[in-house]
Amino acid sequence: FAGLADVSISEDIPVEGEITVPVGSRSPDEDYSTLDEPVKDTIMRDLKAVGKKFVHVMYPKKSSALLRDWDLWGPLVLCVSLALMLQGGSADSKDDGGPQFAEVFVIIWFGAVVITLNSKLLGGTISFFQSLCVLGYCVLPLTVAMLVCRLVLLAGSGTVSFIIRLIVVVAMFGWSTLASTAFLADSQPPNRKALVVYPIFLFYFVISWMILTFTPQ
Amino acid sequence: QGGGSAVIDMENMDDTSGSSFEDMGEMHQRMKEEEEEEAEGEAGAAEEEDGEFLGMKGLRGQLGRQVADQMWQAGKRQASRAFSLYANIDILRPYFDVEPVQVRARLLESMIPVKMINFPQKIAGELYGPLMLVFTLVAILLHGMKTSDTIIREGTLMGTAIGTCFGYWLGVSSFIYFLAYLCNAQITMVQMLSLLGYGLFGHCITLFVTYNIHFHSLFYVFWLGVGGLSTLRMVAVLVSRTVGHTQRLILCGTLAALHMLFLLYLHFAYHKVVEGILDTLEGPNVPPFQRVARDIPVVPNAVLNTTAKAVALTL
Repeated sequence: FAGLADVSISEDIPVEGEITVPVGSRSPDEDYSTLDEPVKDTIMRDLKAVGKKFVHVMYPKKSSALLRDWDLWGPLVLCVSLALMLQGGSADSKDDGGPQFAEVFVIIWFGAVVITLNSKLLGGTISFFQSLCVLGYCVLPLTVAMLVCRLVLLAGSGTVSFIIRLIVVVAMFGWSTLASTAFLADSQPPNRKALVVYPIFLFYFVISWMILTFTPQ
Repeated sequence: QGGGSAVIDMENMDDTSGSSFEDMGEMHQRMKEEEEEEAEGEAGAAEEEDGEFLGMKGLRGQLGRQVADQMWQAGKRQASRAFSLYANIDILRPYFDVEPVQVRARLLESMIPVKMINFPQKIAGELYGPLMLVFTLVAILLHGMKTSDTIIREGTLMGTAIGTCFGYWLGVSSFIYFLAYLCNAQITMVQMLSLLGYGLFGHCITLFVTYNIHFHSLFYVFWLGVGGLSTLRMVAVLVSRTVGHTQRLILCGTLAALHMLFLLYLHFAYHKVVEGILDTLEGPNVPPFQRVARDIPVVPNAVLNTTAKAVALTL
């Protein structure tokens, strides 16, 4: 089982989180499964993990918590909430309500898969799900921007509101790109960082564009 | 196996879902340590194992553990093999082996037609640049469609943009490759994909500028200038690799026509100008013309305008 303990992370990132492989000082009857604990404990543990990752995204610094214990709950929640908030935003809301939800979903996941494949092909050392996890979590600033845009649009939709929305979306887009670059670019050979950053930039640009051009009924 | 040759690397999957494979791994670890500690306490106790494979919690006995362990090993081996066979992206790896300076150099070169056509020109078989250019074109198209309020009836904006761009890149590459095969030109599929992909750089620039600055004559200048330059470059490279006048004419004529017409199509199918023409014909109190962007075929400007006028008159 030497292979199980061999995780592909570069050496200079400080390791955080729990070590999940148990050492043999436990009796065989102790629960190494989560079936016997109260449901609240299970849910709270997962929620805390997701919450910690959200905090890491909002203050991106060099840490491997996002990479080490990857999970896809956060990206799913963010993706669904973003897609729901982008509903009902064009002329024929009856016709376009369906495709818009699926559209956002497909863009985010398909885009994340393409970026991951691209970074792996360019010689990256990060694994598939770790990359998906990072890209999904870094959609958080854009979801916040969408929330702000909807609130601003409730107040009215003139030039002033457009300028406010533009500033907010551009700021959040920059934050998303910087956050994901901080996590992903380290796993690339140093002279190819630009090649990996460009598709991430395009990806968040498309999402930001969808948020900015959203006009409610 | 180390490395990460497959997309999903079994050894690196940090999965804490508590599946039975994980439990088997832990059990195996514990089993090893127990064997070191205990004497032959359990060796002789060849108990009957249950007929069915219950899962790790219910197993007792050396025999049961060994069988389960073997099954786990076999399963892991098979899954790893399946993944490395089907999810192996290593075949694409050589096409993505570029440096940023190389990409920049090739982007600039794609606008400069070569003079020497008697000597086969070298084409880099690289797919990173073309792929990024196609995605950039998709992003620019989305911007253009949103600006011109294109209403898509069947399908989505994103689907249309992706379908158009990828369809053009892959479809026209394949078609020209087929023609090149007929005309005995020396070019491989990857090289054709790369050539056409870099030729889209001119399209990206043109559309980026003209979707934001809506001057009709400016578009024509860009169409001829920028589009023409990138087409000339592709044509020159193909000519250098083909022998015979007729073949050169067929191949390069087709490529030039398709490339220039595509730019024209992208501009007029997704641009406000069309709406402007129709609005002035009808007057302000008629609802805007609802187009299905997918249905507009690639035709020259005059035919598009005539058709638009005819349809508007019948509304």
